[in-house]
Amino acid sequence: MSAPDTLQVPDILEVEDLAVDHGVGRKRKRAVNGVSFSIPTGSTLGLVGESGSGKTTTGMAILGMLPIASGRVLFEGRDITAIPRGEQRALGARRQVIFQDPYSSLDPTKTIGYTLAEPCRIAARADRMSAAQIAERQAMLLQRVGLSPDAARRYPAQFSGGQRQRIAIARALMLSPRLIVCDEPVSALDLSVQAEVLNLLVELQRDLGLSLLFISHDLSVVRHISHSIVVLRNGAVVEQGPAGRVYDEPADQYTRSLLAAAPVPDPAEQQARRDERHRRRMEDDSR
Amino acid sequence: MSAKSPRAMSTGLFRRVLRKPLGVVSGVVLILIVGGSLAARWIAPYDPLAQDFSIVKQGPSAAHLLGTDSLGRDILSRLLFGGQESLGGVLVAVVTMLIIAIPLGILAGYVGGLADRIILRVVDVLLSIPGTIITLAVLAIFNNSMFVAMVSVGVLASGAFIRVFRSAALSVRQELYIGAARVAGLGRLRIMAAHVLPQIRGVLLVQVTLFSAATLGIQTGLAFLAFGPPPPAPTWGGMVAEAASLIQSSPWLLVPSGGIIAVTTLALCLLGDALRDANQERFTLAGLERGARPVRAGAGAVLVPDAATVPDADREEALAPNPDALLSVRGLTVGFGAPGRETTAIQRVDFDIRPGEVVGLVGESGSGKTVTALALLGLLAGNGRITGGSIRLAGEELVGMSNAELRTVRGARIAMISQEPMVSLDPSFRVGYQIGEAIRAHERVGRAETQRRTRELLASVRLDPAVADRYPHEISGGMAQRIAIAMALAGRPELLIADEPTTALDVTVQADILDLLRTLQEETGMAIILVSHDWGVVADLCSRAIVMYAGEVVERAAVSEIFAAPRHPYTAALLRSNPHGARPGEPLPTIGGAVPPPHEWPVGCHFAARCPLATEACRQAPIDMAHLPGHRSSRCIRIDALAAELSEVAS
Repeated sequence: MSAPDTLQVPDILEVEDLAVDHGVGRKRKRAVNGVSFSIPTGSTLGLVGESGSGKTTTGMAILGMLPIASGRVLFEGRDITAIPRGEQRALGARRQVIFQDPYSSLDPTKTIGYTLAEPCRIAARADRMSAAQIAERQAMLLQRVGLSPDAARRYPAQFSGGQRQRIAIARALMLSPRLIVCDEPVSALDLSVQAEVLNLLVELQRDLGLSLLFISHDLSVVRHISHSIVVLRNGAVVEQGPAGRVYDEPADQYTRSLLAAAPVPDPAEQQARRDERHRRRMEDDSR
Repeated sequence: MSAKSPRAMSTGLFRRVLRKPLGVVSGVVLILIVGGSLAARWIAPYDPLAQDFSIVKQGPSAAHLLGTDSLGRDILSRLLFGGQESLGGVLVAVVTMLIIAIPLGILAGYVGGLADRIILRVVDVLLSIPGTIITLAVLAIFNNSMFVAMVSVGVLASGAFIRVFRSAALSVRQELYIGAARVAGLGRLRIMAAHVLPQIRGVLLVQVTLFSAATLGIQTGLAFLAFGPPPPAPTWGGMVAEAASLIQSSPWLLVPSGGIIAVTTLALCLLGDALRDANQERFTLAGLERGARPVRAGAGAVLVPDAATVPDADREEALAPNPDALLSVRGLTVGFGAPGRETTAIQRVDFDIRPGEVVGLVGESGSGKTVTALALLGLLAGNGRITGGSIRLAGEELVGMSNAELRTVRGARIAMISQEPMVSLDPSFRVGYQIGEAIRAHERVGRAETQRRTRELLASVRLDPAVADRYPHEISGGMAQRIAIAMALAGRPELLIADEPTTALDVTVQADILDLLRTLQEETGMAIILVSHDWGVVADLCSRAIVMYAGEVVERAAVSEIFAAPRHPYTAALLRSNPHGARPGEPLPTIGGAVPPPHEWPVGCHFAARCPLATEACRQAPIDMAHLPGHRSSRCIRIDALAAELSEVAS
C-alpha cells in the first residue's frame, strides 16, 4: 500500500476548520467544530468516532447536504460553498454517497434500473447520456459490482443486504465520480458479506482512481481500508495520521481507549486488552 | 433470487387488488354502477322523465325491472340517469380535494419549515369552518349549483387530507434514498414527484375510496333536501326523498333508491380495505414472489426432517439429555408456516449449557441463532412452532409446556435481554416503575420491598438509584441496556439469554456492558447464552462457542480452541474474513456465494456449495456431528483435510 503521490496531483478534498451546526435559533448546537483534514486524490481517509462524534455530520456537510457554519471545504481545489447553484449539479456527479442502511437507501417502489439511471437524468442537457448509453453503463456497472445485468429489472425487496449495498455502490458509480463518501457502508452487513464489499471498494478504488471518505465506528475495518485515519470526538479532531501509525501506535488517550474497547477475535489478546483497560481505568481513578 | 419473470412484479396495485375476493366483488359492483350510469342514454329501457299514469307505484315486473314511481316513471332508468348526477358530484369533490391536498400535503411534509407551518395554519382554519353551513350558503349564493357545492365540499375536506398526505410524506423524507437522490443533484420537485408521491400512492387511494363514500352521502343528502337539479330531473337523493314521503303506501320505492346508495357506499369502503391490504403487500418479498415459487422438486429438495428419521450414528447418546447440564437441547427443530407445510428454520440443534457457563451462539443472518434463542423461551413469532426435539431445563421438559407453565419459567428461570434496549422500555413510565413491575411479576412484595429491591438491582448494574426517577428518553443507550439487564435479573434467573446485547452500542459502552455481564455472572452464578455475530464479543465473554450455519449447529468447542484451530470449514472461513489481523492492502479472504434460504437447503452438508474442501460424499446425505477429543464436535467429514490445511498455513 504505497501512499499516493501527493506532489503532482492536488488533494481532491481539503477541509479547513469546518464547523457545522444542528438545529436553528435558540436550539442551535455546534455539532462539528474546527475539523481540518485533506484527502489526497486516489486515497481513502477513514473518519472514526462514536455516536455523536460528528463523523456523519462532517460527511453530510462535505456532500452539501448540511449548511456549513464556518470554515471551508475545497473539492478539487474549489470552495463548495462558493460554487454557483447552477454548477452544484455538475458537482453532484463528481461527488457521491453510499449509506449505511442497505434497506432504506433504495426506493422500494422503483426498479434497480430506474434507481441507477436516476443520477444520469439530471445531467445538463448537453452531456446527458442517451437511453442506450445508460442501459449499457447499467449493465456494465452491475457486472462490475458482481450482479447479473438483469438485476436492473428487479425491485430492491428481491435482494439481500449485501446485494443492495452493491447496487448502492453501482448507483454511486453511474456518473463516474471522483470522491465517494461512504457512511458506515458495511456496518449493517454480516462478516463474510462485509469482507466482500470491502474488497469491492478497494478494487474499484484501484481500477478507477477513486477517492474515498470512509466513515465508520469500527477501527479494524477502517484500518484495513484506509490510508489515513482521522479520529473525531465531540465534533473535534483528536488525532489524525497514517492508518498504520494511528492504529498501532495511537498518540492520543482517547484513540487508545477506543482501540482498547474494541473486542478482538482472539481470546488471549482480548484478555490482555481487558486487563490493560482495567489497569488504565484504575490509574485514572486514583489520579 | 427466484427465476420468475420480473415483469410480474410491476403488476402493481390493481392486479393485486383483483387477487382478493373482496377487491374483485366491490370492484365489479362499482364498475357496473359507474358504467351503467355513464351508458344510461343507451341502456336505460325508458326515458327517465316519461310518465305513465296507468302503472304508478308498481313493484318489480318484467317490463319494469325495479318497478315504477308515483308518476309511473321507470325506476331503473331513473336510477341509471340519476347516477350521473350523484357520481359526477362525488368526482368533482374528490378531484377538488386531490388537487389541493396532494401538492400541499407533500410540500408540507417533504419541504417542512416555514412552508409546513403556513400550510398547517391554513389547515387549522379549514378544519374549524362548519362545512355544512358553508355548503348550504354556497348553494344559496350560486343559484342551487350542485357543481359549486361539491367543489366547496372538496375544498373544505382537503384540510384533513393535507394532514394525512403530510404525515405520509414526512415518513418518506427520512429515507436514505431521498438523501442519495439529493446528493445526485435532483431538485426538490423531482424528488417529490419521483420518490415521495409513489410512496403515498397507497394511502392516497385508500383515502380516495373512503372520501368518495362519505361524499356520496353528502351529495345524496343535499339532493334529498331538494338542492341541486329540480324535479323532474332524476337524482338518487331526490328519489329517496320521494320514496320517504310514500313509505306508508309503497315501501318498495325505498328499496332500489336507498339500496343503490347503500351498495355503492359499501363497495367503496370494501374496495378501500382491499386497496390498503394490497398496498401493504407490495414491494415486500412475499408480495413480489407470491405464488411464484414452486416447491423445488428432485435434487436439492429436503423434507421437513423428523428427528426420528434422521440417521445419526450416535443418536442414542446424542438424544440422551445430559443430567449435569442446566439446559439440555436435543434435536430441536423449528418450522414456520401452516402445519404439514412448514419451512424449517432450524433443525437437529443439540447443545448443553452447564450451570454458570457463558456460551456464545454464533452465526450470520439466516443461521437460525435468534430462532434457537426464542424457541428456548417458547417465544417464537406468529406461525413458528417447535416441530421436534426436546429442551430440558434442569431435567424438566419445556417442549409441550402450556403457556401458563412457560410463564413460570420465563423471567424467573430463563431471562432475556435484547439488541434494542430502548425498544423494550415503555416510554411513558419511569424506569424505576418498570423494574418494580418486573419484580412484582415474580414475587408478591409490598411497595417498600419493591423499592428496596429496585435500588438493589440498580446498584447491581452499577447505576445511581436516582436513575429510577428518569423516563426512558432521558437515559442513554448504554443505561437502557443496564436497565434491561436489571429487569432480567429481577426474577433471579438461572439462565440469561442475551441476544446481541451490545450490537447497537458504541464500542466503549459495549466494553462496559460486557464487563458488567461478566461481573454479574460471577456474582450470581447464572449461565449466559450470548447470541452474537461478533467474534470479538464472543472471545471477550464466552468460555465455549456454538457455531450455527443455515439452521444447523456446525461446530461446538471451547472458545480458546475454536479461534486457534477451527474444525469446520465454515468457522474457519468466517474467522478469516474478519478484518482484524488481515493484512492491509491485501484483499480479505471471502467465502463466496450466500447462505441458502431454508427452502434451498441441500440434502447433504448445508455449507457444501461454498466449501473449498467439499467432496461428492458431502452432498449425498445429511452430515452427522463428529465428536472430537476435548469435548468438541463438528458437522464435517473433511475435518482431517481442514486440519492439514490449517497447519500448512501456520507453518
